[in-house]
Amino acid sequence: MIKKEIKIINKQGIHARPAGLISRTASQFESEIKIIKEGYEVNAKSIMGLLTLAAAYGTSVTVIACGKDEKEAAEALEKIFAAGFDE
Amino acid sequence: MIIKKGIGANIGIAIGKAYLIKEDSVLIERTELPKDKIKGEIKRFKEAIVKTKEELNVIREQILNSLGKNHAKLIDAHHMILMDPLITKEVPEHISSFCVNAEFALSEKISFTLKKFENIEDPFFAERKNEIMDVAKRIMSNLSNEKKMEIKDLKEPSIIVAHNIYPSDTLQIRKSDKVMAFCMDVGSKSSHTAIFAQSIGIPAVVGLGDISRIVKQGDLLIINGEDGTVTIDPLPEMVEAAKVKMNELKKKESYLLKMKNLPTATRDSKKINLMVNLDPQDDIQDFKSHNTDGVGLFRTEFLYMNRTSIPNEEEQYEVYKKVLSCEAKLPITIRTADIGADKASNIGIKGIKNEENPFMGFRGIRLFLKYPDLMKTQLKAILRASPSTQAQIMLPMITSIEEIVTAKKIISEAKNELAEKGIPFKEDIPVGIMVEVPAAALMLDQFLNEIDFVSIGTNDLVQYILAVDRVNQYVSELYDPYHPSVIRVLNLIIQTAHKKGKKVSVCGEMASDTYGCAALISLGADSLSVPLKMHLKVKEFIRNTNYEKLVGLRQRLLNMQASQEILDIFKGI
Repeated sequence: MIKKEIKIINKQGIHARPAGLISRTASQFESEIKIIKEGYEVNAKSIMGLLTLAAAYGTSVTVIACGKDEKEAAEALEKIFAAGFDE
Repeated sequence: MIIKKGIGANIGIAIGKAYLIKEDSVLIERTELPKDKIKGEIKRFKEAIVKTKEELNVIREQILNSLGKNHAKLIDAHHMILMDPLITKEVPEHISSFCVNAEFALSEKISFTLKKFENIEDPFFAERKNEIMDVAKRIMSNLSNEKKMEIKDLKEPSIIVAHNIYPSDTLQIRKSDKVMAFCMDVGSKSSHTAIFAQSIGIPAVVGLGDISRIVKQGDLLIINGEDGTVTIDPLPEMVEAAKVKMNELKKKESYLLKMKNLPTATRDSKKINLMVNLDPQDDIQDFKSHNTDGVGLFRTEFLYMNRTSIPNEEEQYEVYKKVLSCEAKLPITIRTADIGADKASNIGIKGIKNEENPFMGFRGIRLFLKYPDLMKTQLKAILRASPSTQAQIMLPMITSIEEIVTAKKIISEAKNELAEKGIPFKEDIPVGIMVEVPAAALMLDQFLNEIDFVSIGTNDLVQYILAVDRVNQYVSELYDPYHPSVIRVLNLIIQTAHKKGKKVSVCGEMASDTYGCAALISLGADSLSVPLKMHLKVKEFIRNTNYEKLVGLRQRLLNMQASQEILDIFKGI
């Protein structure tokens, strides 16, 4: 299991487009991936779940990946967060 | 013929045929299925998903070609919603474990997700649920085989009528050249659809309650974004009148632009101070080109919005410096942040969320006095930007002398801290208050000993005098700046200030309304501050009016017993 704290750096936070990017990226991996904000947990492969996170600019979330390709999955997600979802 | 009154979301008039976007039925019937029909039902659901996917592909292509990659990404997000395990996995599971129809299973799963949005306080994120509704509606219409009405299918210029307008609708409206105007059941002046209408410049009326149930496909409509009315099936003479008005508006627009360099003076040569209200995101060059008499209200709360951290001194300094140095010789009134009420913020201050009655709640100076450091940061940023400018500081939501005294103490502290570091600032920077609470109007004679100027915020003052929440669609009709009580309070404020030799400016919406502007000049307001886009219109009105005549009306105004009588006086001039 891999656990990472990631900060949201794009101005609008996880709205529809970033949520789409996260779920698309997460869906490429076999591992189970969760994103947690203040104890509220959602499936990173579910855009609908991600939208209910209401994660705004500046908040920190925890990404937990668990499975065969957990390392790659966590890295891939970290990368798109760090790029501010290309916004 | 029916006339419906809503809220004008963007000015302008349109006459055309209604194009009704039907809200898919809210009531989804639950049908129990025999075991042997389950497989077929899941297949039917999966086919609807495929169909929806194809639909989205087509829309994506169109948007990519017309609006570009960024807008197309929104459709990518819709694709992901369609492919979400909650839909692709859980809906079929629900169908087979409860032996129910696909429509019902889908609506169960969707409402389960939508429920989670109810706990989201941030309106920006709460509105994202529209994205899910948008996709759900598409799947639903593909399940029922009912052709979904699409804006892209419009053959002739039309007026969109809907319960609510969803994100993919706004994309389609943006790229369609057939949408003349829109009107809808829900929404308020500040909702995203209203802002959308303003950004693409089409007339719109929102908050109409039940317009989408009354209008039938193809009905003739007149949309009047100015007074917020929609006329269904109008009489021929009404259509004629609307056409005349439409032409007038067009002519006026080009005529007004010619007025930029003319003085703001009445026919009898009385100069009227006409300032503007600005937001940090407004175009400074556009402001400059209007040749105004300054900024009567620079709103700063927007700096605090849609973010989770507090804007620091440096960031704020840059913003204030930009506006102050742009017109260094003109008074620029910076209002300390009026956070709270309808101006939601999520910067992590406790207590401004979930208020029962936010307009009467924790906002403006109340919030800043509780968090003096926040206020000091802002004051220091303003002070640092103030040397060799005509900057003024204005305090919002004042109700007591203690608030003024405490705020002034914080201002002195901010000055001292800057002085210690040898940072220059305008030492005699004027400090004034917004009079927007009746308590402040009644106590003004006492307050004036502490302040340099007064600005009347009519939007809040009117709603506090009349106990009417102006964003509440059910009572917005009762919101009336011409109520005799309002006129009397305005008179009291202006007379009290003048007795002590202090100036009164007015920065509410009333100042940019023709009759409101006339009433305020009658009552003796020293300056009016209006939105930039209204500046030329108000200037034109002032140039066609007679100052002596308006002042002569003051006593009559104060003796009226109903707002209609007051309006009639101004209609007569």
